[in-house]
Amino acid sequence: MKVMLEAKELCKSFRLSAREQKLQKTDQRIKTAVDHISFQAYEGEIFGLLGPNGAGKTTTLRMLATLIRPDSGDAILDGASVIKDAEQVRAKVGFLTSELKLEEFFTPNYLFGFFSELHQIPAQVQEERRKKLFDIFGISKFAETKVADLSTGMKQKVSLAVSLVHDPSIIIFDEPTNGLDVLTAKIVTDFLLRLKEEKHTVIVSTHIFSLIEKICDRVGIIIDGKIAACGALDAIRDGKSLEDRFFDIYLEKAGDINE
Amino acid sequence: MNKTIFTIMKKELARFFRDRRMVFSTILLPGLMIFVMYTFMGTAFSSQTEEQENYRFRISVADLPQSIEKIAEAQNLELAVVEPSRADEVKKQVKDQEVDLFVLFPQNFDEETAAYQVSSGEEAPNVEIYYNNASMHSQGAYDTMIQLLDNYEGTLTNKFDYNQGEKEYDMATREEEVGSVFSSLLPMLLTIFLFSGCMAVAPESIAGEKERGTIATLLITPAGRGNIAMGKIAALSLIALLSGASSAIGTILSLPKILEVGESGMNAGIYQWADYLLLTVIVLSTVLLLVTLISIISAFAKTVKEAQSYVTPLMFVVLLIGVTAMFGEGAQKEWFYYLIPVYNSVQNMVALFSFEVSGLHIVLACVSNLLYTLLGVYCLTRMFNNEKVMFSK
Ligand SMILES: Nc1ncnc2c1ncn2[C@@H]1O[C@H](COP(=O)(O)OP(=O)(O)OP(=O)(O)O)[C@@H](O)[C@H]1O
Ligand SMILES: [Mg+2]
Repeated sequence: MKVMLEAKELCKSFRLSAREQKLQKTDQRIKTAVDHISFQAYEGEIFGLLGPNGAGKTTTLRMLATLIRPDSGDAILDGASVIKDAEQVRAKVGFLTSELKLEEFFTPNYLFGFFSELHQIPAQVQEERRKKLFDIFGISKFAETKVADLSTGMKQKVSLAVSLVHDPSIIIFDEPTNGLDVLTAKIVTDFLLRLKEEKHTVIVSTHIFSLIEKICDRVGIIIDGKIAACGALDAIRDGKSLEDRFFDIYLEKAGDINE
Repeated sequence: MNKTIFTIMKKELARFFRDRRMVFSTILLPGLMIFVMYTFMGTAFSSQTEEQENYRFRISVADLPQSIEKIAEAQNLELAVVEPSRADEVKKQVKDQEVDLFVLFPQNFDEETAAYQVSSGEEAPNVEIYYNNASMHSQGAYDTMIQLLDNYEGTLTNKFDYNQGEKEYDMATREEEVGSVFSSLLPMLLTIFLFSGCMAVAPESIAGEKERGTIATLLITPAGRGNIAMGKIAALSLIALLSGASSAIGTILSLPKILEVGESGMNAGIYQWADYLLLTVIVLSTVLLLVTLISIISAFAKTVKEAQSYVTPLMFVVLLIGVTAMFGEGAQKEWFYYLIPVYNSVQNMVALFSFEVSGLHIVLACVSNLLYTLLGVYCLTRMFNNEKVMFSK
């Protein structure tokens, strides 16, 4: 199987302001969010990053999407390094997180066109993709409504469509079902499965066990900035439910849950 | 042109021009407001001077000599004669602003002045003029009376005259006169208008995108950050230029109204289209520079509000530089002044409006402004690449 994404010893720490120190009840000035994380994802699979709040999932994904630079380590996405060929990575990757907002003033139609142009997609291909993606997510009905006037779920769908204008080979998705009702969540998870069928590589991060169990082929459990376990879903589960296994691993690595 | 720059530019322009409220408040409103305000001010101003011109001074005189009476009559100046014994009473009226002026001549003024010899060293006859500095009319009456007496004194010892007759002695042409007014006012006003035009759009487009989290969406596309910076600056400059132009047109249309006092036919028609072309070139290079500066400052800010407060010091500096156009004798002659950003444009505008334009100075200013802009674009690109600046919370 072809390795589409390889994270190699990724590290990222943040300097904490006095206010942040107080909030996190620490007197350390440096917070290590990601601590030597390595994993691989193969072509045509969905890889899940599972971890509790503050484990470093979002930070890892932001590094993979070249939004922030690793302090050390590297990641190779479809042959392009996030350090050396950031622009190439951006052309290959579709990144989705609640952090990325769409300009509320514009309509889904306009935004789809705008981002297609930035990705230098030929006009005809643009139209085909627009039709396909708008149909899948049911955007056509409100394609000419300003984003400001859309509901959270609708906005999420538009963001999803816009992040896929360039038909990326790797899709990185932070908390894909956060804030969505069951219907919309199902549309999204079905779509992820469809991407997988079309030989795309999908990386999702979540703290929801059921989502991982439903769609992921392989999973990396991330605790306190480190990979605590990584492998095929069944191998990780080892006959138990994912939730039980998670607590086992968590106790082993981090000690008391209430600590 | 690079396709990405063009795409970004198109989006920025669409964001602006599809928003009717934004177009109205940034482009139409400034010009309209300036026109209405200046026209109103001009009208109020001229009606006030008209009222003053029609006013008849209330002047009381004691012991009015014949000589003065004749001159006053010739000047159509009404003098109310009172008894010297009532002096105190009239002085109180001046104090209460019931009378504008009280003039107390020495008795036998005419005989005394005729007999007086300057060389004798004795004290000259003294006219007492009581006035009230708190009243505008009293001041006017005082000035009129002083002038009348000075003139009369001049005729008593007439040794020479100057500028007699109807000849034109002021050698300034009509154009130069208008030019000197324009060159002291317009560079400052234009600079301020351009700055506020830039202020209206740049923080919104840079800090605003940070604040709303839309810049990150842009930054994960393969669009080069330098192209993003250039596209934004180009579009913002265009909008700022329109906003500045609107204010300038409002000013130029209302200027005749406000300067009408004593002069008629004051208008910008004295300049050739080549002058306007040069002005456009100067203004364009200035706007590019200002937009770039404000964009860089805005990139540091987390919110639009914060950006606006960060830009305030720059605004004061630019304002001060604009004000320098009102002082000094024409434009600077030394070439190195034209390398100083903003100051170079102000000086070029002064030169342009007073018909002293120098090609070298304009080229120096535009080239240096472009270089500063390029440097600024480089800085802005670096900032777009800097996660600490772009994602500061
Ligand atoms: N820009 C930043 N400045 C300071 N600290 C940060 C920054 N970004 C992340 N952190 C810290 O790094 C740690 C990991 O954060 P991250 O957002 O990656 O967690 P997460 O796994 O996505 O959690 P969640 O499930 O809550 O989204 C947290 O302790 C967070 O406070
Ligand atoms: Mg997160």
